[in-house]
Amino acid sequence: MTTAPQPTTPAQGDGDFTSTGPLLEVKDLHVEFHTKQGVAQAINGLNFTLEAGETLAILGESGSGKSVTAQTIMGILDMPPGHIAGGEIRYRGQDLLAMKPEQRRRLRGVNISMIFQDALSSLNPVLPVGWQIAEMFRVHQKMRRRPARQRAIELMKRVGIPAAEQRVGDYAHQFSGGMRQRIMIAMAIALDPDVLIADEPTTALDVTVQAQVMRLLKELQTENNMGLILITHDLGVVADVADKIAVMYAGRVMEAADVYEIYARPGHPYTKGLLESLPRIDAAGERLNAIPGLPPSLTDMPSGCPFSPRCPYATDLCRNEMPELLPIVGEHTSACHYREEMHRGHLQTPEEAQA
Amino acid sequence: MTELARSRSAAPAGGPAPSPTTQGRPQEDASLWMDTWRSLRKNPWFLVSAVLLLVLITVALFPQLFATHDPRECFLGRSRQEPSAEHWFGTDIQGCDYYTRVIYGAANSMAVGVIVTGSILVLGSLLGLMAAYFGGWVDAVLMRLTDLIFAIPYMLGALVFLAVQENRNVWDVAFILIVFTWPTMARLMRGSVLAVINNDYVTAARALGAGPLTIMRRHIIPNSLGPVVGYAAVYTGVIIGAEATLTFLGVGLQLPAISWGLQLNDAQSYLQQMPHLLTFPLIFVALTVFAFTTMGEALRDALDPKSKKR
Amino acid sequence: MTGYIIRRLLQFVPVLIAATLIVYAMVFLMPGDPIRALSGDRPMSDAVQAQLRDQYNLDDPFLVQYGKYMWGVITQGDFGTTFQGRPVLDIIQQGLPVTLTLAAVAFGFQAIIGAIAGILAAVYKDSFIDRFVQVSLVIAVALPTLAIAFLLQLTFGLNLGWFPIAGIRDGFVSYILPGIVLAAVSTGIVARMLRSELIEALQSDYVRTATAKGMKRSRVVTRHGLRNSLIPVVTFLGADLATMMGGAIVVESVFNMPGLGGQVFRSIQAQENTIVVGIVTLFVLFYVVVNLLVDLLYAALDPRIRYD
Repeated sequence: MTTAPQPTTPAQGDGDFTSTGPLLEVKDLHVEFHTKQGVAQAINGLNFTLEAGETLAILGESGSGKSVTAQTIMGILDMPPGHIAGGEIRYRGQDLLAMKPEQRRRLRGVNISMIFQDALSSLNPVLPVGWQIAEMFRVHQKMRRRPARQRAIELMKRVGIPAAEQRVGDYAHQFSGGMRQRIMIAMAIALDPDVLIADEPTTALDVTVQAQVMRLLKELQTENNMGLILITHDLGVVADVADKIAVMYAGRVMEAADVYEIYARPGHPYTKGLLESLPRIDAAGERLNAIPGLPPSLTDMPSGCPFSPRCPYATDLCRNEMPELLPIVGEHTSACHYREEMHRGHLQTPEEAQA
Repeated sequence: MTELARSRSAAPAGGPAPSPTTQGRPQEDASLWMDTWRSLRKNPWFLVSAVLLLVLITVALFPQLFATHDPRECFLGRSRQEPSAEHWFGTDIQGCDYYTRVIYGAANSMAVGVIVTGSILVLGSLLGLMAAYFGGWVDAVLMRLTDLIFAIPYMLGALVFLAVQENRNVWDVAFILIVFTWPTMARLMRGSVLAVINNDYVTAARALGAGPLTIMRRHIIPNSLGPVVGYAAVYTGVIIGAEATLTFLGVGLQLPAISWGLQLNDAQSYLQQMPHLLTFPLIFVALTVFAFTTMGEALRDALDPKSKKR
Repeated sequence: MTGYIIRRLLQFVPVLIAATLIVYAMVFLMPGDPIRALSGDRPMSDAVQAQLRDQYNLDDPFLVQYGKYMWGVITQGDFGTTFQGRPVLDIIQQGLPVTLTLAAVAFGFQAIIGAIAGILAAVYKDSFIDRFVQVSLVIAVALPTLAIAFLLQLTFGLNLGWFPIAGIRDGFVSYILPGIVLAAVSTGIVARMLRSELIEALQSDYVRTATAKGMKRSRVVTRHGLRNSLIPVVTFLGADLATMMGGAIVVESVFNMPGLGGQVFRSIQAQENTIVVGIVTLFVLFYVVVNLLVDLLYAALDPRIRYD
């Protein structure tokens, strides 16, 4: 969340990594897409940190750059059209972006793992799921076929797949949505990664199944002391699970804070708008307030604050000058010129101020 | 005039020609055909094949524009000459001007290609549409019928049938080729219609009370004809190749018709001594087939961008 | 699965009967009297003619003739005898190895060269290799078989003298040019199909997953991408093998090879009806069996397909 030096965490196992700095640190990351319509700035100066055992929720609408963030950290961004225009991603102090491709590959799935949104399309349709899980052991640990298969069965059991022994040879399409996502999770945690990135892991699932899958993720995180990055557009999912929340908009972090803090006292009009668009049990019968307008086009960013065209509090200052992500209190940061007023709940729209 | 300038002036004219379906199409899908046209214009293969086709079709329709001699004016005294300034492609066994013979050969090839493709396009699309739309026993009967014809290699079927006939003209050859090739078109159309028919907009039209004819005309045909039209152009090339092959094998067109296949047949006996007799008609067959096939591929790409090339 | 095989076999029975019936009909209802054609200029006694007519069931109604013939084929593998008294099976056994070798060479060529070209073009999409492959494919697919045949004969046979241009006297080498000719168009189709399938697969979510699992690029392409892309290609290759017999007629005629394709062509011209019917029946059988195998292979390759 902040760029200030963090207390060090002891490294787990992997000897090549010096234990300086946080588990994962993204510094001033810029990602662009070169398209026919021009250069789309998907990520514009992204900053955050993640510690072991911590859950960071990255929250944002579609097109805010959350998935690009995940893919950039994993190193699976399609390049071209993607292009990393600047910044650092430090894993245990080492810059992933400066690594050789082969060195990076060895980290993928072993130290840093990822779960995708649509498990049906993300699992290979013509390979048995057990084979796909066992592949992790076979390739990264040079395990033989039978023990690898045994490990796959154990993992399937661990993530709660009934009759794992019988189903190890089944294919993705033979499982229900929730079971498929559990298989994705089993594959991702197979080698006890330090960092797990979950990109909208429950979006494609039924509400009841969503809760089960989230609970499983949380359990596994605690068990293995993983750093979990939970990417979602759904504030409801975040509240129970996350420790910290970073709200993204137009490729930037707009606000980042402790989960209680952000719900209680949002420091950015965008966050406030998002919270107000949620149905609340204590405000039954009221109309929900959707944020008017649409996110800006990434090829044609407005000058100043990217949220200013949709912001009811926007002033000339907002329209002309991009606010920086600065602390309000402690680790609560916000990229709003009026963060203090917002945080205290005193901010007025220009119309209210005139009246 | 340079080749480049010719290709520029010829290309737009060549565009609408292979897709006569554009005319009389309802207004609402004008944009689809505009899109098609726009993506075609950017495809170099389309431009190349359009120019080639335009030239070859002109050759077939008006050979006298390209050759001043009479193709049947032959003197045994000047038989088997090498290409020269006077006889660009040399002369053949009978002493005919080979260039003139080759130019006049275009008409028959084109005629077979166009007759067969036109017929199977209409027949095949109609049957395919019926099979897909009505399903049930109509579909079953038609599909077994296509199975049946597919099981006999068309080259073989054509050989056997044509060998039976003593005298064969363009229509005989075309008829046999139609008999053995319509199933391809019918299957293609059936698949194309089936892909469209279960779309929500068809269901919606049905729910709104549109009759089968309206649904076919307004929704199914415009949306499923794309791949079929493209394939028809490809198939024209295939048919022209097949005609040349059958004639070459001695069961297609017969003397005194002037045809590339016949020229190839003659030339094969003199392959060692006079390869040019083989080369020139071969170049023309190859160019014609190439032009149609490539045009068809370009049309398929443009009309049905999602399709995978098969 | 067994049920499916049986059902498919039963489905093909009417096709098989109808196809052979058509060929039988068109060959035997040909104008002209085969006996007279056989006797040629030599006068033949009525007795001999009658005996021949009886031997070949020529006086039976057409359907009876057909029935007797097919009965012989199915029960005894008896494809009849030629008018010269030679068993057709003999002729088939003589030509079959040539045609099968030709088909094998062609099949190998299109599978291997097509696959290599398609994979290279897809993996190095938009590079020089891709452009080169694409241009060659457009040309290979667009040229008629006859043109490719003569083109190769003229250049590699006559001008360069690398390969024989007729017959099979030089053993395997004789099969190379005809094999390439027979394979040319399909090689182009295979390569193009594989290219577009593999490009699509390499952009798919499951390939992204494989990359995210830390698999090497080569493993991602071969184990995850190719595995899926091969399904339609294998199906096409199978279906193509079934239709290769038609192409063999042209290729064997141009290259003057003593295979079944060339044989059937010569027999059509000589009105040797029993040979024509025998070989065509064999071709149809081959087509049916290969297609059934392709369907089964398809089921084995793609677990999403269920036959029940």
